[in-house]
Amino acid sequence: MTEAQPAIRLTGLTKEFGAVTAVDHVDLEIAAGEFFSMLGPSGSGKTTVLRLIAGFEQPTDGTIELFGEEVTKRAPFDRDVNTVFQDYALFPHMSVLDNVAYGLRVRGLGKKERNERARRALASVRLEQMADRKPSQLSGGQRQRVALARATVVEPKVLLLDEPLGALDLKLREQMQVELKQIQRELGITFIFVTHDQEEALTLSDRIAVFNAGRIEQLGTPAELYERPVSRFVADFVGTSNLFGPEHSLALLEREGHHSVRPEKMTVSTAGQSGEGVRNAAGTVVEAIYLGSGVRLVVDLDAGPRVSVLEQNVRGRARDDEHGDRVVVSWHDDDVVAVDGAAVGPQNPTPTAAVGSVFPGISG
Amino acid sequence: MRLSRLSRTVLGVVTALILVVVYVPLFVVLVNSFSTSTSLNWPPPGFTLEWWGKAFQSEGALEAVGTSVGIALVATAVSLVLGTLISLALQRFEFFGREAISLLVILPIALPGIITGIALNNFFRTIMGVPLSIWTVVIAHATFCIVTVFNNVIARLRRLGTSFEEASADLGAGIWTTFRLVTFPQLRSALLAGGLLAFALSFDEIIVTTFTAGSGVTTLPIFILNNMFRPAQAPIVSVIAVVLVVVSIIPIYIAQRLSGAEERRR
Repeated sequence: MTEAQPAIRLTGLTKEFGAVTAVDHVDLEIAAGEFFSMLGPSGSGKTTVLRLIAGFEQPTDGTIELFGEEVTKRAPFDRDVNTVFQDYALFPHMSVLDNVAYGLRVRGLGKKERNERARRALASVRLEQMADRKPSQLSGGQRQRVALARATVVEPKVLLLDEPLGALDLKLREQMQVELKQIQRELGITFIFVTHDQEEALTLSDRIAVFNAGRIEQLGTPAELYERPVSRFVADFVGTSNLFGPEHSLALLEREGHHSVRPEKMTVSTAGQSGEGVRNAAGTVVEAIYLGSGVRLVVDLDAGPRVSVLEQNVRGRARDDEHGDRVVVSWHDDDVVAVDGAAVGPQNPTPTAAVGSVFPGISG
Repeated sequence: MRLSRLSRTVLGVVTALILVVVYVPLFVVLVNSFSTSTSLNWPPPGFTLEWWGKAFQSEGALEAVGTSVGIALVATAVSLVLGTLISLALQRFEFFGREAISLLVILPIALPGIITGIALNNFFRTIMGVPLSIWTVVIAHATFCIVTVFNNVIARLRRLGTSFEEASADLGAGIWTTFRLVTFPQLRSALLAGGLLAFALSFDEIIVTTFTAGSGVTTLPIFILNNMFRPAQAPIVSVIAVVLVVVSIIPIYIAQRLSGAEERRR
């Protein structure tokens, strides 16, 4: 954060819908040129923050600055930000070219120039041959790219993306992730990306803000979030975690408070392992789930908790664990992360992406 | 869903009966317009094209058609503008009394015509002190024609959602530009459907018209009522009725086709 002026600065941003506080005193600075993600379950306030920045909603309290200029009260058409909508919102009665040229048209550019620039924008997303089609004649991925071209052709300072890949199937989504990253690098503008998909956020972002119940629970780089989650919520929402409550922490880790250990930092063997800082705990295999690249083992430790262990499917991996096998789970003290134990769950009781919820036994 | 042979037969017969009851009288009118009997005797003693010729030369009938078309056109135009505005207000903005206004807008179409007629007659003559004329009829018709436009437009707005308008604003368009380039083009078929229904409603309205028309204002339905029982005029009335049926079917048919095509497109 050494930039003179951040692209976006939110100060005490609050939005209430009746009795519900969707966004609760959010302070945030996003640097120019950053690929910034807002990650959280549905109902966590991330989309509302995006809509406040775009100007579709008026905050109850707080201010929004765009490159040092306050825009809190300005209408959406008076802000130098553009949005790629979740449902793309392509105008159905216009051709693809007219859709892309729309922003230039309302700025009063002549037909020739705006069509030329729109064609160039379409070419940059490799859709120039689709210019005369209607949006309904395009596939989901193509519509996505048209929406991107339409939002970037007007050269905004900040591009807001509201779950833009949510409606695409997995292969296409992975492909679009790479393209998004490329486009962002080429244009050099700030991307603010809203998603509930933690993997997507980790893959794409320079920094991520994890939202929970209208607040930012943790702000950091993908590695910081993954390696050092500050709370149980983050540990559980970003990736999968084995969470130890105070009782189990004391018994197994000899530490006070709540702790988290990632499944891939744990190993399973028959005899256990030795070495400085290595801890062993015996248990029984409940489930062995073959994932292709690895195997996920669910083990009931004798000391109480149920843990999930991720074993890489490397050469020489000979053991084939089955239900009921007796094993020893090992991990290193350095991989144990202390987390804030405050039981703040998502407002919405159905987690949208939390892989960890497969093992409800360990989060209690 | 599968039905037994018996229920299919019963339902088929009932449907056929209802359609017969509705459409046979219309067919009788069509036949009567070619009948040689001046008092609409059944069965017709003979057939002639005389009435069709006379009807198209009858000054009264032609004038009545002109009056009705004129009133329907103006009432429809007024409804299109006001109906669209009220739909936008109720669907896109939140304000105190929104629900109440929504109900008050729809109410006129449910009110018995005779009530509307008496109320407006009273209002125009005694309270406003306005003499009844063709314009009082236009205003009276517009009160219920607005509803058909309103219903069509508000349903369309609801289905469209706000994301197109947000996208337009996001790309830099002001409120008026957004309406002109994004909202209106998507409302067009709803406006056409609502407008056609409004036109048809106004064109054959008689009760409210009777109470609000100034002397000398003869719409087609009033003309028909006045001439129905006059000797030697009945067959001409039949001719007019047939023309009216055709004229009313066309806009309804187009309106249905339009909304059907819209459904399929989405």
